[in-house]
Amino acid sequence: MNPILSIKNLQAHFHTRRGVVKAVNGISYDLFPGETLAVVGESGSGKSVSQLSYLRLLASPPLKIPGGQVFYRDKDLLKLSDAELRKIRGDKITMIFQEPMTSLNPYLTVGAQLIEPLVIHRKKAKSEAWQAATAALERVGISNASNAMKAYPHEFSGGMRQRVMIAMALTTEPEVLIADEPTTALDVTVQAQILDLLKSIQKENKMALLLITHDLGVVANIAHKVVVMYAGRVFEKGSVDDIFYRSEHPYTQALLKSTPRVDRDDKILPAISGNTPDLIQIGSGCPFYERCSYRTDLCQAEFPQVRLGLKGHERYCHVEKVSS
Amino acid sequence: MSLKYLLGRLAVMVPVFFLVVTLVFFMIRFAPGGPFSSEKSVSPAILKNLEAKYHMDEPLSRQYLHYLKDLLHGDLGPSFKHANRTVNEIIAEALPVSLELGLLSLTWALMIGICAGGLAALKPNTSWDYIPMSFAILGICLPTFVVGPVLVLVFGVWLQWLPVAGWESWQDRVLPSLTLGFAYAAYISRLTRGGLMEIRMQDFIRTARAKGLSESDILLKHSLRGGLLPVISYLGPALAGIITGALVTETIFNIPGLGRFFIESAVNRDYTVVMGTSLLYFTLIFVCNFLVDIFYALLDPRVKYV
Repeated sequence: MNPILSIKNLQAHFHTRRGVVKAVNGISYDLFPGETLAVVGESGSGKSVSQLSYLRLLASPPLKIPGGQVFYRDKDLLKLSDAELRKIRGDKITMIFQEPMTSLNPYLTVGAQLIEPLVIHRKKAKSEAWQAATAALERVGISNASNAMKAYPHEFSGGMRQRVMIAMALTTEPEVLIADEPTTALDVTVQAQILDLLKSIQKENKMALLLITHDLGVVANIAHKVVVMYAGRVFEKGSVDDIFYRSEHPYTQALLKSTPRVDRDDKILPAISGNTPDLIQIGSGCPFYERCSYRTDLCQAEFPQVRLGLKGHERYCHVEKVSS
Repeated sequence: MSLKYLLGRLAVMVPVFFLVVTLVFFMIRFAPGGPFSSEKSVSPAILKNLEAKYHMDEPLSRQYLHYLKDLLHGDLGPSFKHANRTVNEIIAEALPVSLELGLLSLTWALMIGICAGGLAALKPNTSWDYIPMSFAILGICLPTFVVGPVLVLVFGVWLQWLPVAGWESWQDRVLPSLTLGFAYAAYISRLTRGGLMEIRMQDFIRTARAKGLSESDILLKHSLRGGLLPVISYLGPALAGIITGALVTETIFNIPGLGRFFIESAVNRDYTVVMGTSLLYFTLIFVCNFLVDIFYALLDPRVKYV
């Protein structure tokens, strides 16, 4: 099977007054139809920027993409004109964001915003789009959808607004849905509802879901595959079980150890010592070098090549064997 | 926005109006001098007659009540300085002229200001931004008494395209309204640029982009409404100010508008004209702000007046 979305050696740099911030530093991963891929990482690891960059949702300048390819089917998105990209973005590839409170236009009704993708991409008449959008609202669990269509965003709670965002991203039945920390700004109970909703929709539509998150609990709940990112690099890729039970990367292991768990009686929650590196001063070595307990001189000199494990489990680390 | 709210807002106007009447009445009376004091000495007998004619020999409280009574009947009284003319006549003659000049100027200002500001906001930090915004700074800094004569010199005297003064034909309207509108255009362009720039940094604009909307749709459907709210707020006081405060423009172009009565009456202690123009200004401010508030609520669904 061919991937629906294939990121190859993508780089994304911000040119700031202080210098070049290398937010994404040559990452590669594939997203296959019908699978849920979670991209995990700390704040500043480049997990969001990598998506926003090739979708051209960041101001450029300061953003520049010095290298890489991003294939949607057989099209390199980086080579398309703005108009060509617009035909895919919002139709085949849709997106929902972290901030449901501010991601909807407060001056327009929910309905006016919901019908836009269908009107632009499918050339639907407004009345027809309105019906389809009402159905989409019903599907994401908004009761009394026809009234909700006429309401304004401020009349909804955060969780409801995120449902509206999801409905909006689904109207065109996209092949790829990119969800950028869709539950981070929500209450824990609402988080679970939204995740369940995404999960069931992903199954029903057989679409590919790319979930950006820093919450390992979310990953375990919903993902099939996981990509672990750190400081603009991919450290490890694999199935959920590969990452949670068979991880062979020092960073992933440290990350898992510092996650609070109810089934473990930790007196003190372990933390990864040190801080994330300054992305301006980052060199060609492994960015985790400073904080890694396995580090060697080689780690500082160059970033490792991929090591292939079983069944597509990949890790980027110079260390031969990491005890867990 | 409920009818109750609208009526309530209008009801508030009554006590405030009364307050303004009272304040202005006593302030201008307590100011030194009077309508009949001038360098030329007037004989005591004539002065006495004059004061009797205008009820100025009565105690101040009686004059005040007398004025209130006339005001309730819509009578603003006779002018003290313009013989045989009432304040009602003066306003009836001059207001339409000022209204026309003001509305014309504001129309120019809105058209130029919104286009220039919109352009600047769409292409920030390029020459599309720098050139109009430099003009805007110029427009805010240059006083009308510089802009007016320069326009007259260029278009009236050198090019001879337009008349230099007067208020008869449509050509007469062009230079004065441009002169008066220039500073307002400058201000509106800066407000438009600021408003649009702020809107375009909002998350919902990113959502609109993510949906695949074209840049023109993003501007027209998603940005303009919120981005122009600062301009709307500014229009209320601007309209009242532009109608009543065009003294310099009216003087340069010899236009029989209201502006000169504001200054002249205060200098001459023409008590009734001061009252009339002040009350007119107050009413204009009140009505314009009222309209702006209504308009604002129509544009921003989050604003609710209860």
